[in-house]
Order: sequence, then C-alpha cells, then structure tokens
Amino acid sequence: MIGFVLFFAWLGFGADYIWWLEGGHPFPWLGIAMATSAALGVWYAYKTGPEKVLWSTGATELTDPRTDAERQLANVVDEMAIAAGVPRPRVWIIPDDDPNAFATGHDMSDSHIAVTRGLLALCNRDELQGVIGHELGHVKNLDIRLMTMLAALVGAVLLVRDGMGRTMSGSKSRKSKNAGPLIAALLALWVLSWIFAPLVIQLLALAVQRGREYLADAMSAQFTRNPLALASALAKIEAADAPTAAIKRGAAHLCIADPLGRRFTNREGWLADRFATHPPMSMRISRLKGMGYAELKKAAQAPA
Amino acid sequence: MWVLLVLVVLVGLWVVSAYNGLVSLKNQAANAFKQIDVQLKRRHDLIPNLVNAVKGAMDFEKSTLEAVVNARNVAMKAEGVKQVSQAENALSGALSRLLVTVERYPQLKATGNIGQLQEELASTENRIAFARQLYNDTATQYNTKQQQFPTTLVAGLAHAERTDLWEIEDQAERAVPQVDLSSR
Repeated sequence: MIGFVLFFAWLGFGADYIWWLEGGHPFPWLGIAMATSAALGVWYAYKTGPEKVLWSTGATELTDPRTDAERQLANVVDEMAIAAGVPRPRVWIIPDDDPNAFATGHDMSDSHIAVTRGLLALCNRDELQGVIGHELGHVKNLDIRLMTMLAALVGAVLLVRDGMGRTMSGSKSRKSKNAGPLIAALLALWVLSWIFAPLVIQLLALAVQRGREYLADAMSAQFTRNPLALASALAKIEAADAPTAAIKRGAAHLCIADPLGRRFTNREGWLADRFATHPPMSMRISRLKGMGYAELKKAAQAPA
Repeated sequence: MWVLLVLVVLVGLWVVSAYNGLVSLKNQAANAFKQIDVQLKRRHDLIPNLVNAVKGAMDFEKSTLEAVVNARNVAMKAEGVKQVSQAENALSGALSRLLVTVERYPQLKATGNIGQLQEELASTENRIAFARQLYNDTATQYNTKQQQFPTTLVAGLAHAERTDLWEIEDQAERAVPQVDLSSR
C-alpha cells in the first residue's frame, strides 16, 4: 500500500517538477493532491472493496438455500469454517457456468466466499470441500484484505488514467515550446509511468499473490486432510477452459483459478512468472498429489 | 554494564512474548474444545427432526430409527469427557447404520426428504469430525510448545499443562463407513 501511495506521489510531484522547470508555479500542488487522493483511494478501497468486487461479478448472497446443491454448499462452508476455526463467512453465488471461486473481505470476522454455479455443478462434495478450504485458507491468512484492496485499486487507477489522458491531450501544444533535453526526458519518463500505471499496480499485486496460492492449497489440505480432492477439483476447473465471463480483469487475482482464459497460467518461465496471477496449474496439482501420496504412505505404514 | 542491561531487557521481552504465546494457545485450545460441544449439541437438536422426517417412509426399519433415538438420549445424559465421548461414538455408530440402511433402499432416495437427510447427516458428522480435528491440532500445538526448549522454561509460569487429545477408542468407529453421497 505504501508503494502505491509513493507511486502516486511520484506521478504528482513529477508533474510539479516539470512545470516548475518550465517556470511555472513554485508550490507542488499537484503532488500533494495526487498523494492525498492516493491515500484517500486506499482508504476508500479498504472500506468498499468487498462490496465492489462482489457487485462487479453480479453475485447474489445465499441466505436461504433452496436446492440440494445450495444446501450442500452452505453445509460445506459451515464445515470448513469449523475446520479452519474462523467465523462463518457469508456465501455468495455467481450466475456463471464456468467453474471458479473467490474470497473477499476485510478480516476473519467479515469475510465473503463466492462460487459460480458452474463450480457447484462440476464438483462433488469432497472437491467442493477442497475448493472452499482453499478460499478459507486465504481468509485465515488475511490474504483477502490485501487482494481485495488491490482489486479495487487497479480499477481506480484505470479510471484516473483514462481521465488524465483526456486532459493531457488537450494541453499538449503549449508545453513543448522551449523544453530542454532534461525536461523532455523527465516528461517522457513521467508520461511513461502514467501509461504503465495499471501494469505497475498489477505487478505489485502479482508479486504478493502467487506464493499465497500454494499456501492456500496447503491450508486446504490441512483443513480437509484430503489434498487429492482439491487436486481433482483443480484438474476439473482447468479442463473447463472457457473464461469466466462474469469476473473481470480487476478481480482476477482473487479467484482460485485464473478466470481470463489462462494465457500464462499453463506455462512456466520468466514471462509467465511475472505476469500470471496464479502459479501453473500443473505445479499446484502435482504439489497437492505429493501431499496426498505422502499421507497415504504414512497411513499404510502406521499400525492399523 | 550496558551490555548486561540490554541483555536483561531482551530476556524480559522474550519471557513476555513466550508467556503470551502460551496463554493464547491455551485459550485457543479451550475454545476449540467448546466447539466440539457446540457441534455435539447441534446433533442432539437435529436428530428428532430428522427422525420425524423419515418416520413415514421407513416404517419397515423401525429398529434402526429407535437405536438412533436411544443413543441420542443416552448421549444427552452423559457426563464427563470419557462417558460423553463413548456415548457420542455410539450415536455416531447408530447414525452411520441409519445411513447404510437408507442406502439399501434406492427407492427411498427418490423421495426428496431422504436426499436431504443424507446431506444433513453427512454434514453433521463432518462438523463434529472437523471440530475434533481443530481441537486436536490446537492442543498438539499447545503441548508441543510447552515441552519445547526454551519455551518450557516459562511453561510453569503460564500454568501450562498437557491437554488430552480427543481420541477415538472404539475400533468400529475408527473404520469410516463408506457411504456414497455423490448424487451426481
């Protein structure tokens, strides 16, 4: 979060500096304004993040389960909350046929878990348990707070950037009159930062994210004592290849599997490592299977 | 002189954090133990409803239902950890026999009630199992912590004592009944 505010301060103060070099006003209004708005943005994202994310996916809360599948989901969430030792999260259902799930919220006592209808249709009870366990792993690690804020911030930056782009193109002609090479270079760098702003935020998000997925998988295995069920759920989710239409780019890193058509998630390598929101599915599955076989081996050796 | 003072402060800080860590684990374990109680109570409350829901459809299996009701009544009266765990294990056994019986009559599954009953029973048993698991995990963590060096030095100060794990004594209970609940 500090990185985010600093980045915005750079954007603002950079503008002031360029302006000042050109003989403009001496006081860094823009910098202060940008830094303040960034701080406000962080606070706002923290306050409204979970609502925004849920709203953007069109999820409805499951308060009164009617069908068997809904009842099973409510039960499974209850069970896993007991296993994880956290208060029961609120449950939401996303009307989408592609299997996916995510968790959001501020802390353990205010958390939400959303799953798509596709997931309910695809998974059996054990697999659903594994998926919910994974999401509760995120809840228990407090990943949800950070990830939800990042989701809200990525959206905010995109919005601000688009607005700024429009104002800048209007005032361009006046600026480039007597720009020295230093100013030109600074200006170029500053403009570039604006262009790449969403990317920088995204990279920030990704850096925190990928290791957490392995951790949440491991915690799911700890809660259910059944890593093979989660492995088979992940394999099923992976096989259903259609992108989750209801989940937009901003919330992608919240999900159990990358909802955006899996461009990078299937491959390994430097580029994929930097840009994927999730570690390669094959790696996650093989780690879970490793846990599962280790457990089977232990059970076989233990005196019955 | 200064080095000594710094050392004393550091040791003091460590004692405080180790003490607090132990107390926090102790309370977590106590809370997890209460959770088992909560779930057992929930099962007791649920059974009359469940039995009523299937009574009509299961006239021919009266004894199985009666066994469940009796086991529940015994379990509700039980006191003390040993008695409670024995009575609850008996109730689990009766419930799993009920589930197996239901499985034997596929035509029963056609009625909506039975499918719901299976889901509720499976969920209830899972809740109890997960509550136990959480308690055992937390208690193990607590026990390990107070025995490990150097935390063991402050264990007496924090009144830390070994807590017992919730064990399953009954051999039959250990063998999990294989019930196919996948409706898909």
